[in-house]
Amino acid sequence: MTREGRQGRANATPVLSVRDLIVEIPTRAGTVRPTDGVSYDIRAGEILGVVGESGAGKSMTGNAVIGLLDPPARIAGGEILLNGERIDNLSRDKLRKVRGRKIGMIFQDPLTSLNPLLTIGDQLTETILEHLPVGQPEAQERAIAALEEVGIPAARARIDSYPHEFSGGMRQRVVIALALCAEPDLVIADEPTTALDVSVQAQIIALLKRLCREKGVAVMLVTHDMGVIAEAADRVAVMYAGRLVELGPVREVLTRARHPYTAGLMASTPLASLGHRRLRQIPGAMPRLNALPPGCPFNPRCERAEDKCRQPPAPGLEACEGRAACWFPLTPDAEESAA
Amino acid sequence: MTSLISVRGLTRVFDVSKPWLNRVIERLPRAFLTAVSDVSFEVPEKSVYALVGESGSGKSTIGKIVVGLVPPTEGTVEIEGVDLSRETDAAKVDRIRSDVQMIFQDPYASLNPRWRVREIIAEPVKSRGGDTEGLAERLLEQVGLSGADAAKFPHEFSGGQRQRICIARALASNPRVIVCDEPTSALDVSVQAQVLNLMSDLREELGLTYLFISHDLTVVQHMADVIGVLYLGRLVEEAPRDTLFAEPKHPYTQMLFAAAPRTDVFGREVDPPKGEIPDPINPPTGCAFHPRCPLAVERCSRERPEMRSVDGTRVACHRAEEAVRRFHAEKAEDAPAE
Ligand SMILES: Nc1ncnc2c1ncn2[C@@H]1O[C@H](COP(=O)(O)OP(=O)(O)OP(=O)(O)O)[C@@H](O)[C@H]1O
Ligand SMILES: Nc1ncnc2c1ncn2[C@@H]1O[C@H](COP(=O)(O)OP(=O)(O)OP(=O)(O)O)[C@@H](O)[C@H]1O
Ligand code: SF4
Ligand SMILES: [Mg+2]
Ligand SMILES: [Mg+2]
Repeated sequence: MTREGRQGRANATPVLSVRDLIVEIPTRAGTVRPTDGVSYDIRAGEILGVVGESGAGKSMTGNAVIGLLDPPARIAGGEILLNGERIDNLSRDKLRKVRGRKIGMIFQDPLTSLNPLLTIGDQLTETILEHLPVGQPEAQERAIAALEEVGIPAARARIDSYPHEFSGGMRQRVVIALALCAEPDLVIADEPTTALDVSVQAQIIALLKRLCREKGVAVMLVTHDMGVIAEAADRVAVMYAGRLVELGPVREVLTRARHPYTAGLMASTPLASLGHRRLRQIPGAMPRLNALPPGCPFNPRCERAEDKCRQPPAPGLEACEGRAACWFPLTPDAEESAA
Repeated sequence: MTSLISVRGLTRVFDVSKPWLNRVIERLPRAFLTAVSDVSFEVPEKSVYALVGESGSGKSTIGKIVVGLVPPTEGTVEIEGVDLSRETDAAKVDRIRSDVQMIFQDPYASLNPRWRVREIIAEPVKSRGGDTEGLAERLLEQVGLSGADAAKFPHEFSGGQRQRICIARALASNPRVIVCDEPTSALDVSVQAQVLNLMSDLREELGLTYLFISHDLTVVQHMADVIGVLYLGRLVEEAPRDTLFAEPKHPYTQMLFAAAPRTDVFGREVDPPKGEIPDPINPPTGCAFHPRCPLAVERCSRERPEMRSVDGTRVACHRAEEAVRRFHAEKAEDAPAE
């Protein structure tokens, strides 16, 4: 089922627009910003990959979009627009409605999204009945169709099974069915394959890609795995210490990185140093959010850093053509020197 | 080259039965899980032997048997030619045990949070009555930290730094072999590179031998001399690194290579592998891979394939020659599209 109407409209307006988003957490050691001035769009049928190291702020950004920040974390600035309408200032009840109806969610551990006490059929029909104008028999049929669509064999027979009766990969398929059954416009998938084996991971990625394309859904795919990004994403957003440091088409960013951090990250993968005894490495580690250096947060690890990098303000994406948050970006053709 | 580690016919069965009362009430039989099944391999001195496989394939269990944390159900492990489970000379057993050290995946869980780094590193040596004067400081510097870090507690370090502390602790015993169980799986890519480089450097400086356990093919390709591929507790293929990557001969290895996401291929449309790893308590008959194998024939469901040699590879598959042919045919098909 394609939805031309919705896609047509979405071509003009992105499904999701995040504008200068700031998330703050007050701590004893002062306020930290796990998301600091992040902006991006996702269009219908597009997969935006969000990558970065552990603690870079990927999940925090996704949780802010769906209004699921755990207090004391809170949105302290910026706007979030779904189909052109602001959702960051909605009341909790309104937001819950929008979330259920328009945004599907897939997390790393399928068990967090499934109720262990309900059959998967009940969970699917409940969601469908709540959000779509259909009756019980139709909802049941749609639930079966949704399970067939994600590749659950003998869906009609398995609809009365409980989550624990499925393997890890099958559970994640059920979660995807659940995320998509109310026909959302946006899906946020936070490390959806990290807990799975490579062979099952490949299945889940292929499934996500197919459904996203067929249904024209916008997908935010959060992962720390560059391989998953290369495989699945159309565009990629690289995060570092709460900031968006590079944004662009996936092939461009991964093969011709403009930001020194992205370039370093790609060069330090074992594949990039194939046949060399030592791997290229970036010195040091990502700073904690309460101990950020002044200026560009990457400057202590950066071989291109100059004085300008060590003093505020930190560069934004506009410092390099909306592509890289860097005062001294790599030139467009400089990369691919990795091997 | 002589073998430093020699593993023969290794099998480990776990009793995973429900408690007695449940079994009686629910009329359940006892249940056994074969985590490792008839695995044999040799690790020459000063080489890196890698075990790869998906979760539950038995990698960690083999590692634990080799260091003596888990006893085998059947089969033997010889280290420096000595079978530690049979050797009666206690002093000899102690000496060889300390020659084999292990580092684990989770650098957070494997360091006692209440101990200072100095105590963590020196403890194994101290408990054997060895000299620990300045030992921690020297080892910390060797792994790229500072001697002053010896006075700190584990929580003051990042994941990569903690893994360096674990490595320092392993080195304290002056080992010949280190069993590394997913040493960088919990680390970020940029930090992983630092730790892998450290391990390569130490190997050269100290002439170490590694049994290197990982599920990450790119890491294994970088580190290993010889690679063994495990599936459901069985060794299905073993080959020198370059041979394995140039021409995987077992259909499972081929599937694993095809499924692994790559950073140099974009938006590829491949048919993902079929099925999932079966229940290890009731593994398939014959070749454990046969229900998912595109090449399976009737014999595969009946007869467990023996390890045999095919062009410098050890492979346990009835149809290895056919798998090789198919591998090259598919490669040739892909090539013109480039
Ligand atoms: N209550 C809190 N107080 C202080 N800092 C916090 C708190 N909760 C989260 N953080 C910080 O917020 C940052 C963002 O975390 P987030 O979960 O978004 O990271 P991530 O990129 O998703 O990482 P991962 O790959 O580990 O999932 C982290 O650096 C974390 O230390
Ligand atoms: N103490 C135990 N009791 C019962 N079963 C066990 C025990 N230890 C391991 N197993 C089982 O043995 C099998 C092999 O486990 P093992 O931990 O060796 O796998 P692995 O290859 O290291 O997997 P992973 O990649 O998940 O670490 C699994 O099915 C596991 O559940
Ligand atoms: S702004 Fe400066 S320090 Fe930051 S990445 Fe660019 S060159 Fe490096
Ligand atoms: Mg996260
Ligand atoms: Mg393991």
